[in-house]
Amino acid sequence: MSFELILFYLFAAVLTVAALGVITVKNSVHAALLLVLTFFTAAALWLLLQAEFLAIALVLVYVGAVMVLFLFVVMMLDIKIEPLREGFVRYLPVGAIVALVMLTEMLMLIGLKVMSAQTLPPDPAGASNTAWLGKALFTQFLLPFEVAAVILTVALIAAVMLTLRRRVGVKAQNPAKQVAVKASERIRIVKMESASKGASTP
Amino acid sequence: MPFSLHDLYLLLPEAFLLFAVCGLIAVDLLVKPSQRDVTHWLAIGVLVATLALVVYSVAPGRGFSGMFVHDAVSRLLKVFILLIVIAVFVYARNYLKDRKLYVGEFYILCLFATLGMMLLVSAGSLVMIYVGLELLTLSSYALVALNRDSPLSSEAAMKYFVLGALASGILLYGMSMIYGATGTLDLKSIHELVASGVGDNKVLLTFGLVFLVAGIGFKFGAAPFHMWLPDVYQGSPTAVTTFIGSAPKIAAFGMAWRLLEGALGGLHQHWGDMLAVLAVLSLGIGNVVAIAQSNLKRMLAYSTISHVGFLLLGLANGTPSGYAAAMFYAIAYAIMSAAAFGSILLLARAGFEAEEIDDFKGLNQRNPWYAFVVLLVMASLAGIPPLFGFFAKLLVLKAALDAGMLWLSIVAIVFAIVGAFYYLRVIKVMYFDAPVEKGVLALPHDIPLRWILSVNGAALLFLGLFFGPLLSWCYRAMGAG
Repeated sequence: MSFELILFYLFAAVLTVAALGVITVKNSVHAALLLVLTFFTAAALWLLLQAEFLAIALVLVYVGAVMVLFLFVVMMLDIKIEPLREGFVRYLPVGAIVALVMLTEMLMLIGLKVMSAQTLPPDPAGASNTAWLGKALFTQFLLPFEVAAVILTVALIAAVMLTLRRRVGVKAQNPAKQVAVKASERIRIVKMESASKGASTP
Repeated sequence: MPFSLHDLYLLLPEAFLLFAVCGLIAVDLLVKPSQRDVTHWLAIGVLVATLALVVYSVAPGRGFSGMFVHDAVSRLLKVFILLIVIAVFVYARNYLKDRKLYVGEFYILCLFATLGMMLLVSAGSLVMIYVGLELLTLSSYALVALNRDSPLSSEAAMKYFVLGALASGILLYGMSMIYGATGTLDLKSIHELVASGVGDNKVLLTFGLVFLVAGIGFKFGAAPFHMWLPDVYQGSPTAVTTFIGSAPKIAAFGMAWRLLEGALGGLHQHWGDMLAVLAVLSLGIGNVVAIAQSNLKRMLAYSTISHVGFLLLGLANGTPSGYAAAMFYAIAYAIMSAAAFGSILLLARAGFEAEEIDDFKGLNQRNPWYAFVVLLVMASLAGIPPLFGFFAKLLVLKAALDAGMLWLSIVAIVFAIVGAFYYLRVIKVMYFDAPVEKGVLALPHDIPLRWILSVNGAALLFLGLFFGPLLSWCYRAMGAG
């Protein structure tokens, strides 16, 4: 058993336990942290496959950005997890049966085969897979790459459209207006006719 | 493959549309809400210009390392997608204005969705199918939630988003299996590999195919993947329903054709049967459940499911004439659907949605011309000769019979007759029931809306009588005799 294989089993075991933890722990903050661990171990597995760019991207994007955001939301919303889990035991038999049936079906169709690992030969030019990825993205996959950018633009527009609200009657200060104000707008002198003290107005 | 200038010529309509939409975002930011008509007419102008670019496009070819395919089918589908989106914009204006939804985002998101549809029907690779589809659906999710203060709209948008994301996941799963089996994303290469037989990967390929068909079924709204459709059609503002109910069906046909015939044509013996099952279920559920609806939008949603059944029947043939018939059907359905929802938009006014069937009571006494237009639309949807919808159904049935699918054709005819009942009920309500409100119908002062709707309704009669040119265009595009 090579050192790599030992590492693989170690990471795979950690990943499975952490992933199980995500859906079984009661505290949602713990679940989010376990998800971080899952992503991190998956990144380590990718590193073992020598896909260093994907591994770093997973850590940077998912662990660094997405999960931090997720933790923020979980902490701010203060979700009570207990009511969500009420039906867990009740639906467990049905869920287990469905999962078993699906597993059997898939095994019957695909069958149990030993996965033969083909190790691809290393690039003779010695380029890293980051360089390869960059090259592929901007030559062969240029068009989908640009369309993905358009999709992000749509997401941005949709997010602004759905959340930007101009409420009337909100007493917010507008510094630009405050600075631009003139003295004549601040005070208004009203000329009034003097009235005698005793006169009563109807 | 090195990048050449020819690639850009192929992409010219899409590139123009993208840059024009980006410009439109900036313009819309500068105009005042009272001048929103500027955005409206500019958006229509952009679509007309794109249409001209599609019509006068360069010779067919493949570009961007095979990612983008420009051929007769994609050109034909794009022409009709653009025409229908133009009509939808004209129909939508008055409705949006009355409901304080007359915002630039409607136009911008619709245009982005149109761009997604154009890329989808021109996709030459699995990854282009996916990104094109995402561009279309992501814009659609946001459009459904356009009226964000309405709980019904928000619920519809959430359902659409969750189920749509699930469908995308299923589609991607299938694509990944096909990639695993063939080792390529290019649809043409997959077709060649499948045709030459890829050996023991057949099981994986078939497994991937199941997921692909399920994903396509979801996107079409075919039973048993139709659960989202009625709620989304009813919940979204009618202007948005008009959009998502018409042109995307053409794009969905393009996607299904590219995936099933373009990539996995060699597996027809498998997907032909799967589509046949989907078709029978859609025809049954769509037509039978539609009878029980009192809401016109919901009824039209179930009618969509039944029409999708007919469309899949054409696709299930696996012959060029079957594809041509299905393409003809997709185009016919999109035109009819735009007119059907357009007539709801015509009758709607501020505070009155006109989406119940009872709202059409006695329309003939209040406005004979538009009652006649609705009559044409409903009769065409039901498939009554000599209207457009009849010939679309006839061609699909003829192609199915030629391919030896006798039982399926009989089932389709039986359910089409069942379906005629609920379309005829709308006609009966308009002509033989007493109107709830007396007096002449107060039509919106939107002249383009009235004219385009009249033209759309008349087109159903005209195209029914002179369907030859469009049909031969479809046949030529599919390379059928």
